[in-house]
Amino acid sequence: MNRNRAHHGLALTLPAALYFILLLAVPLALTFVLSLRGFNLDVGGIVNTTSVRNYVAVLSDPYYYTIFLRTLVLSVAVTLLCVLVGVPEAYFLFRMRDPWRSLCLVAVLGPLLVSVVVRTLGWSILLGRTGPINALLLKLGLIAHPAQMLFTLGAVIVVMVHVLVPLMVLSVWTSLTRLDPAVGHAARSLGAGRATVMWRVVLPQIAPGILSGSLIVFALTASAFATPALIGGRRLKVVATTAYDEFLGTLNWPRGAAIAVILLVANFVIIAGYNRVVERRVTRRLGGVS
Amino acid sequence: MKHHDRNGAGALLFHGLFLAFILAPLVVVCLSAFTPDDFLTIPTRHFSLRWFIALWHSDDFNSAFKTSLWLGVLAATISSALALPTALGLVRYRFAGRDAINAFVLSPLMIPPVVLGIAFLRFFTLVNISGSFASLVACHVLLIFPYALRLIMAALTGMAGDAEQAARSLGAGRWTTFRRVTLPMILPGLVGGWVLAFISSFDELTATIFVAAPATITLPVRIYMNMSETVDPTVAAVSTVLIALVLVVMVFLDRIYGLNKVLVGSH
Repeated sequence: MNRNRAHHGLALTLPAALYFILLLAVPLALTFVLSLRGFNLDVGGIVNTTSVRNYVAVLSDPYYYTIFLRTLVLSVAVTLLCVLVGVPEAYFLFRMRDPWRSLCLVAVLGPLLVSVVVRTLGWSILLGRTGPINALLLKLGLIAHPAQMLFTLGAVIVVMVHVLVPLMVLSVWTSLTRLDPAVGHAARSLGAGRATVMWRVVLPQIAPGILSGSLIVFALTASAFATPALIGGRRLKVVATTAYDEFLGTLNWPRGAAIAVILLVANFVIIAGYNRVVERRVTRRLGGVS
Repeated sequence: MKHHDRNGAGALLFHGLFLAFILAPLVVVCLSAFTPDDFLTIPTRHFSLRWFIALWHSDDFNSAFKTSLWLGVLAATISSALALPTALGLVRYRFAGRDAINAFVLSPLMIPPVVLGIAFLRFFTLVNISGSFASLVACHVLLIFPYALRLIMAALTGMAGDAEQAARSLGAGRWTTFRRVTLPMILPGLVGGWVLAFISSFDELTATIFVAAPATITLPVRIYMNMSETVDPTVAAVSTVLIALVLVVMVFLDRIYGLNKVLVGSH
């Protein structure tokens, strides 16, 4: 590889790199600077001081850490449910035969192309006071009065699972397609039962898919905005909706910027930490198998 | 095909429930768009096109649709034009800083859109183009870049380098080789990437909500605002149109590219 060719590679990627410096690195740096500024409505908003007051305020106020805690609980719950539901679904899909297999795969993954707002609208109709779920429960005599399902944490969890479970199916599906069926056959012919094959042969092989799928689901839930805002309402705030309210509601931009920076840093720490743990696990496991 | 064991009854039941869970909200939206009533409800006896007619005459939704359409077309085109040389550089060459640039241009996937929205708003306010259509295009180009890049990179990686080498050894110049050999071979990846980028731009809500001004409201933002204020069945009608459009796009993608490849290859 001569120097000339290396220069070509750099030159080709340069336009995109410059664009990203101007429109990503610079705005993020400006946001960080903004988060260190003060705020005073009497003098017209942002005050030109530099301090970590906003971070101290956000991290020490019970109001804010309840919101961070709620976001964490929501993300963990949604991730666990996506694993519980998405992994078996991917496996059943994989065992289907064409044309049903392709058709069902499209039905499961297709909704990813439909806007989250549209999918959330469907749920707000379904869960509404006069919606079909309440109507059915009333008819069956399971409840005497329409249940309040919207604006509850449970509803937000269910809708987030609906929005994100296709990504889990996709992730597991990808690792299933790399699975060697001969290994399962060998195990069966050597006398292993269905459950044993599932637990000791299939699961270890699709574990990387489950782990990367849960990382995607976790990160996307932690930063979700539209679903918590529309299904959870004003009272069930999460980190993203709080940052939005600080920016466009109370107009306390420095405070909103501090929340954004904390969300960004937490996101990166969790992704990096998770990747490290997962890589170690997977290599150890594969090392143990061979 | 012995190794594709059939699913048991329990598995099929689970699968049926899962499909119902996935599809029910979409079906409900489409049904309730045909209500004759003034509020969102599922019609039982009478079906009416009232809200589709209201949608046709709604200036708010029409201008939002046009904004989203132009925004998607422009952002996807600029993004693809920017992603094509980047993909060539990243796939065909080894150079110092290659991994860093690769991670950098894929990073919008890792950053919460709310954070990006805040960063864009701060930046555009400081340079005084906040709320303009150009600022919307500029941030969407960045947001959807990873989608375009991934599909083009996948096409380049999957393509054998032999044809290029043959063309070069037969005397074709660098540019001719690219135009007559490389480009036609990666065209499906380029088109697939463009469509995926367009859809991502068309659907983007969270970052856009920070940078959109009343004159540049996109369709998802309009639906979001309508839902959080007064819910009238026009939102169901516009959502039904969007679901129908996705179905059309899916058929189209399936014809030119194979839908499984687009959906599964996108990650």
